[in-house]
Amino acid sequence: MGKVSITLQNTDEGRMLVDAIVADNPAAEVSRMPALTKIDCEDRLSLRRETIEERIGRRYDLQELQLSLISLAGNVEEDDDSFTLAWSRGASPKHS
Amino acid sequence: MNAMPPLKQRKLSLKERYSHLTRGLGWETTYQPMDKVFPYVSYEGIKIHDWEAWEDPFRLTMDAYWKYQAEKERKLYAVIESFAQNNGHLNITDARYVNALKLFLTGVSPLEYSAHRGYAHVGRHFVGAGPRIACQMQAIDELRHAQTQMHTMSHYNKFFDGLHDARHMHDRVWYLSVPKSFFEDACSAGPFEFLTSISFSFEYVLTNLLFVPFMSGAAYNGDMATVTFGFSAQSDEARHMTLGLEIIKFMLEQDEGNVPIVQRWIDKWFWRGYRLLGLVSMMMDYMLPKRIMSWAEAWEMYFEQAGDALFEDLSRYGIRKPKYHEVASKEKHRLSHEVWSIFYNYTHAAAFHTWLPTEDEMKWLSAKYPDTFDKYYRPRFKCWSEMAAEGKRFYNPTLPQLCTTCQIPMGFTEPDDPTTICFRSAEYKGERYHFCSDGCKDIFCYEPEKYVQSWLPVHQIYMGNCGGAEVKDVLDWYHLNFGVDNFDYEGSPDQKLWDEWQAQKAANPV
Amino acid sequence: MTVSAISRYEFKARDRVENFHGNQIVYWHWEEHLMFCAPIALPMPPSMPFRAALETVLPGCYGAHPDWSKIDWSKVTWMLDSRPFKPNMDASLAENNIGHKSVLRFWTPGLQGIDGIPTC
Repeated sequence: MGKVSITLQNTDEGRMLVDAIVADNPAAEVSRMPALTKIDCEDRLSLRRETIEERIGRRYDLQELQLSLISLAGNVEEDDDSFTLAWSRGASPKHS
Repeated sequence: MNAMPPLKQRKLSLKERYSHLTRGLGWETTYQPMDKVFPYVSYEGIKIHDWEAWEDPFRLTMDAYWKYQAEKERKLYAVIESFAQNNGHLNITDARYVNALKLFLTGVSPLEYSAHRGYAHVGRHFVGAGPRIACQMQAIDELRHAQTQMHTMSHYNKFFDGLHDARHMHDRVWYLSVPKSFFEDACSAGPFEFLTSISFSFEYVLTNLLFVPFMSGAAYNGDMATVTFGFSAQSDEARHMTLGLEIIKFMLEQDEGNVPIVQRWIDKWFWRGYRLLGLVSMMMDYMLPKRIMSWAEAWEMYFEQAGDALFEDLSRYGIRKPKYHEVASKEKHRLSHEVWSIFYNYTHAAAFHTWLPTEDEMKWLSAKYPDTFDKYYRPRFKCWSEMAAEGKRFYNPTLPQLCTTCQIPMGFTEPDDPTTICFRSAEYKGERYHFCSDGCKDIFCYEPEKYVQSWLPVHQIYMGNCGGAEVKDVLDWYHLNFGVDNFDYEGSPDQKLWDEWQAQKAANPV
Repeated sequence: MTVSAISRYEFKARDRVENFHGNQIVYWHWEEHLMFCAPIALPMPPSMPFRAALETVLPGCYGAHPDWSKIDWSKVTWMLDSRPFKPNMDASLAENNIGHKSVLRFWTPGLQGIDGIPTC
C-alpha cells in the first residue's frame, strides 16, 4: 500500500501536533520545509486526542486541527478521540 | 404525583451532531416532484440510489464551522495589519518576486470567486443534505479566499505595478483565458462533473502543487502576508480535498454504471488541471528569487508518489490512473522552461515582468534539470542575453497559435522530443481545430460542441474585438499601462523603485 | 460523442472564417528555431501570393533571428496540414490549398538554430 500524509503549519500548536503524531506513529517520516512540516507514513497514521492534550496542557477538540492543517492524503476517519488517515486494504467496493 | 426524573444533559458526540445536521434537515418534497426541484442530478448519467450513504469524514457542524473560520480570520487579519504597519514589502528577497503575486492575483484569485459561485450552485442542486452542506461550506470558504487574497495583495498594489485591476484583466488578458476557460468549462458542466473537476482532480490531486510550493516559497522569500493568507486558505483546502475524495467514492459505490463516466472525467480534468499548472511550474523554477524545490521534484512528490497511493486505493472500483499521466511525467524536465519561454517571448503584452535568470539561478536549474537545462535552455538564455546586451531584447513580434482546448500558446514539444513542437489537429463540421497534445485533442473530440465556442484571445484580437490592432490598443483594452506593467523587469519602474529602496537601506544602515 | 446537456446544445464555430473580415488565419512554424516559442498565427487574404507571404510578411516575424537571412528558399522543405507540400510561389494561398486555420511547417536544411541547437 502507499503512504498517507499530513502537512501542518509550523506554528506553536503545529509543532506540538507533530510531536504527538511522531509519538503515536513510530513509522512516521517527518520533512520540514519553510513554514510547513509534511509527515508521511506507510498505510495509516493517527492523531489521538489524549496524546495531544498531554503536550498542549489543556483540553483539545480534534476539530481544532482545522486551524493547523495544510494538506492531507488518505481516507479520513474522525471521531471525538482520534483522527485517522488510511488507505483501505483491498476492501471490495460495496455496489448496491 | 410522580416526580419527573431530571433531564440528563449529555453532550452529543461528533457523529450524533453531524447526523442531526445532515439527516434531519432534508425532506421529500410534496408540492413539486423531486425531479422538478432538483433538475440537474440525473442528466449526466450518474445514478445515485441512496443519498443517505454520503458521509463527510470531518463531520463539521455549523457551530464549529463558524467558530474555526472566525478564528482563522482573526489570525490572518492580525498578520495583514502588522505587515502593512511594518512595511513588510521591504523585507521580501527581491522585487522580481512580486511578479509571482501579480500572476496569482490575476490568475488564481478570480478562480476562488468562480469556485464560490460554482459550489453555491451545485450545493443547491444535490438531493442529499450531506453533500449540500459540504458544498455550502465550501462556497463560503471560496468567497473568503477571494476576499482575503485581494485584501492581502492590496498592500503590494500601493507600491508595485500590474496589480490594479485583476478582475477586469482576468476576463480579457490573453494568458488569463487559460485559468478562466478552465473554470468556465467546469462551471458549465453538471453538478457531478463539477465536483469531479474542481473537488477531486483540482483540489485533491493537483492543488498541493499550487498552494504548498507557492506558500512555502512566499515564506522563504520574506512575504509573510502571502504565507498567512495561503495557509489560512489551505486549512480549508484540506476539507475540500476530503470532499473531493468522498464524492468520487460515493459515485463509484452507488452504481457500477458510474465508473466509466467518472473515469472519463478524471482523465479530462487531470489533463486540464495539469496544463493549467504549467503556470505554477514557471513560478517555482523562475519567479522565486529563493527557490524551495523544482517543478520536477514537486511533481514527483505530489503527483507521482501521492498519486500512486491514491489510484491504487481507487483501483478496487475499477478506476485507473488518469490517461496521459505518463506524458506529464515525461514533460516534467522541460515544462517550466517552455512556459517561461512563452512569457519571455510575449512579456510586452503581459501584466507582469519576465527576465533572464542570473548565473547563480542557472546553476540551480542545471543541477535540478541535469538532462535538459544545459543542453536545450541555457544556450537559449545565452542568445537572449547577447541580444539584450546589444539593446535588442527579444520579443516575439507575432501572436502565437493557441491550443483550442487549454488556450495556451502551442509551445509544448513532442512527448519524446523536446526540440519539436507537438502539433495535433481534428476536423469538426468542416472546420480545423488545433491542439498542443493528445490530452487536449481527446477532450475536444469527446465534446466538440463545447470547445468550438472557445474564446481564443489571438483570434479575438484578429477579429477586431479587443480594442484595436496594435499591442498598445490591446493593452489599453486590458487596462494595462503600456511601458509600466509590461516588458522586461530590467528597466521597469518596479526595478527602479526597488533599487532606490535598496540604496536607501545601504545608506542608512540600522 | 456529444455533450450531456439539459436541452439542445449546438453552437456555430466562434472562429469561422467570415468573422475575420476577408482574411483567413494561417499558422506558420519555422522548425528547429524554438527561440520563437510557438507557431505563429497570421491573418492573411486568401488571394495573397505565396511569395508575398514569404517576402513581405514573414521577415517581420522571424527577421530578428540570425539564421533568417541565410535561408535558401529553394532548399526549404514544407508540410501543409500534416502532408508534404511543395508551394507554388506565384500562386495565391488559396490556389496552394492553404485554407482557414491551415498549418504550414517548414524546415531550413543546414540552419538548425544558433550553434545548431534547435531550441535557439
